This record gives sequence, structure tokens and C-alpha cells, in this order.
Amino acid sequence: MTAEKTKRLKINKEWCKGCYICVEFCPANVLEIKDGKINIKNIDACIECSQCELRCPDYAIYLGGKKNEK
Amino acid sequence: MTNTLIENNFRTNRLPHIWCSGCGHGIIMRAITKAVDELGYNKDDVCVVSGIGCSSRAPGYMDFNTFHTLHGRALAYATGVKMAKPELKVIVVTGDGDCAAIGGNHLIHSARRNIDITTIVFNNNIYGMTGGQYSPTTPTGDKGTTAPFGNIDKNFDLCKLVQGAGATYVARSTAYHVNMITQQVKTGLENKGFSFIEAVSICPTYYGRKNKKGDAVSMMNYLKTNAVNVKAADKLPKEKIQGKFLIGEFYKSQEPEYTEEYQKIIDSFQKER
Ligand SMILES: Cc1ncc(C[n+]2csc(CCOP(=O)(O)OP(=O)(O)O)c2C)c(N)n1
Ligand code: SF4
Ligand code: SF4
Repeated sequence: MTAEKTKRLKINKEWCKGCYICVEFCPANVLEIKDGKINIKNIDACIECSQCELRCPDYAIYLGGKKNEK
Repeated sequence: MTNTLIENNFRTNRLPHIWCSGCGHGIIMRAITKAVDELGYNKDDVCVVSGIGCSSRAPGYMDFNTFHTLHGRALAYATGVKMAKPELKVIVVTGDGDCAAIGGNHLIHSARRNIDITTIVFNNNIYGMTGGQYSPTTPTGDKGTTAPFGNIDKNFDLCKLVQGAGATYVARSTAYHVNMITQQVKTGLENKGFSFIEAVSICPTYYGRKNKKGDAVSMMNYLKTNAVNVKAADKLPKEKIQGKFLIGEFYKSQEPEYTEEYQKIIDSFQKER
């Protein structure tokens, strides 16, 4: 099992405008900007708090999967 | 590819939206939509009305009945919608220029009538869409393209203005205090009367750049550190709130609502016949 399959964090690079808001407010230092777009640099550290999803102005990062989809 | 809140409540084929990188408007739009979603309203019972401006583009993305009207006139159109179909939940999305400059008169009179409309102003302290002219909420001394040496006007406190004009629910939150926006919009929608929510937004492109406020992240951090909850403000020493601004619920009351009063007049004549 890869880490990606156990964590529900999802990104949509096409909608991302590289504003750094999610990178700044992620409490677990999971995210980075790579070539102007959002990139998950350390999925294992993700605590699924959904701070990134709450604050992304472009709906380009979110927790998917069955529970707590909103 | 997106999640259920966005999938169920947005016209996803229109996304990504036109707003700049780091613009606070997208955060506020999501928070409003989340409020409607959590209240479980039927989408066909909701009508979102806007004027013109970056903020006023929001209804184009929101999957409800939507109405993109004229600059400053959103509340006039919304009044028409509400009078014709009082059963609708009417939401007005507006900007500080849209509602406080050209539309200032509609704003105070809608509040005075206590008509059941929930108005959310995306206050970014500038005219974003037209290139950074100062607005009635640009703080005194701050710059805009039309105030290159600093704005000499005194800025409105929109919440005080609208409360003074007669609104029955008045609150403020910010693009940083996202869950507070959702909570306030829910309360506003459930209030039978004119509800006014000022959501302080950020415009890194014009207000930020003109006033050297840094990037979107610095502007978000500014909101985080300078907003003081009205509940805590009373207990804090004066120095602690110097130069800061208040967020939270400022006013709530129950008063006769305009469309209901209007219906009473119609009913009184129908009884006579
Ligand atoms: C009658 C009329 N006057 C002026 C304009 C030009 N105009 C378009 S948007 C705007 C101001 C927008 O500022 P605001 O409402 O604060 O929204 P923002 O773009 O900052 O979100 C102006 C002056 C217009 N479209 N119509
Ligand atoms: S907050 Fe959204 S738009 Fe901004 S960098 Fe993160 S994913 Fe991209
Ligand atoms: S100009 Fe300002 S308000 Fe308009 S989209 Fe850009 S950042 Fe947002």
C-alpha cells in the first residue's frame, strides 16, 4: 500500500494558481509549490485537518473519499 | 475532479474562476455556499443576486438561481425578486464599491425596510475590477490609482452604517476567519429581515500592491493578527485593540419584515371584497 492510498488529500493542479495560502496554513508542512503549482511533498505528515481545503481560494486542494467530504 | 461541496453547489464547468491568484473572493464564495448547503435548502429556493465588480462575478459560478445585474443595483433587483417571490431565500453578493459607493442608497434603504435579504459584502477596500480606484472603505491615508498621494476621505464602517440604517442582523468576519463567515451567513439566512455580513477580503493585485501589503499570504496573516472578536474586545485593555478591527456579531433583533407587512395590506383588501 502506498501512502497516497491511505490519505485522502487530493489536488487539482489545473485549478491551482500557486498563491501559497495552503502551503502557509498547513500545520504539518505537507505542501509546497513546484513549477508554480501545488505539490504534495510529504503525504505521510498529513493529519487530514482540511485547513488547506478551507482556505484554498480556487478549490484546488481537498480531502476526498468517503467520510467528511465537505 | 473536485469534492462534493463544490460538485453539488457550483457550475464546475465554469471553474477555475477569473479571480487573481490569492484573491480572497474565492474563499468567501465557498464559505457562503457551504452555509446554504449546511442549511439544506433546496437549490431552486435560493436566488443569488449581484451587481458589477470582481466580487459580483460570484453568482456566475454558484449553481442556484442567479442574477448578475447592474453596478450598484443588486439590492434593487433583489428587492424585486423578493417582492415577487417572498418564499425565495434571496442572497446579495456585492463589493464595497458596488454597495457603498454607487449602491449606497439602496443599501441604507434596504436596511431601513428590513426586507428579508441576506447581503454579503466582499470588502477588499478597493475597486478591484476597474484597476484599483479607492472606495468608500479604503482607509484614510491609503493609496489607490485615484488617490496616488493617499486617500483624504474618511472610510465607512459598513457594519455601523447598516446597523444605524435599521438592519436586524449585522456581523463581520474575514477571508481568514472562514468558518465564521459560514456561521454568520447561516444566521443571516435564518433571520427574517435584512441581514448584513461584511466579509473582509483581500485584493493582493490592487489594494495589496498599491499599499505595500505584501503577497496573499501576508495579507491573510494581517487579517489573522488584526481581527479582534467583539466578545473579547470589552475585556481587553485599550492598547491591545488600538489599530485593530472588530469581527463577530454586532447586532441582532426581531422587527416587522417588509414583504410580510406588504402582504398584510394585500390581505386586508382581499378580506373586504
Ligand atoms: C454604472 C457603472 N459605473 C461604473 C462602472 C465601472 N465599474 C465596474 S466594477 C466597479 C467597481 C468594483 O468595485 P467593488 O464593488 O468594490 O468590487 P471588487 O471588484 O473590488 O470586488 C466600477 C466602478 C460600471 N460597470 N457601471
Ligand atoms: S491555496 Fe489553492 S490555489 Fe493556492 S497554492 Fe494552494 S492549492 Fe494552489
Ligand atoms: S483585482 Fe483584486 S479583487 Fe479582483 S480578482 Fe484580482 S485580487 Fe481579486
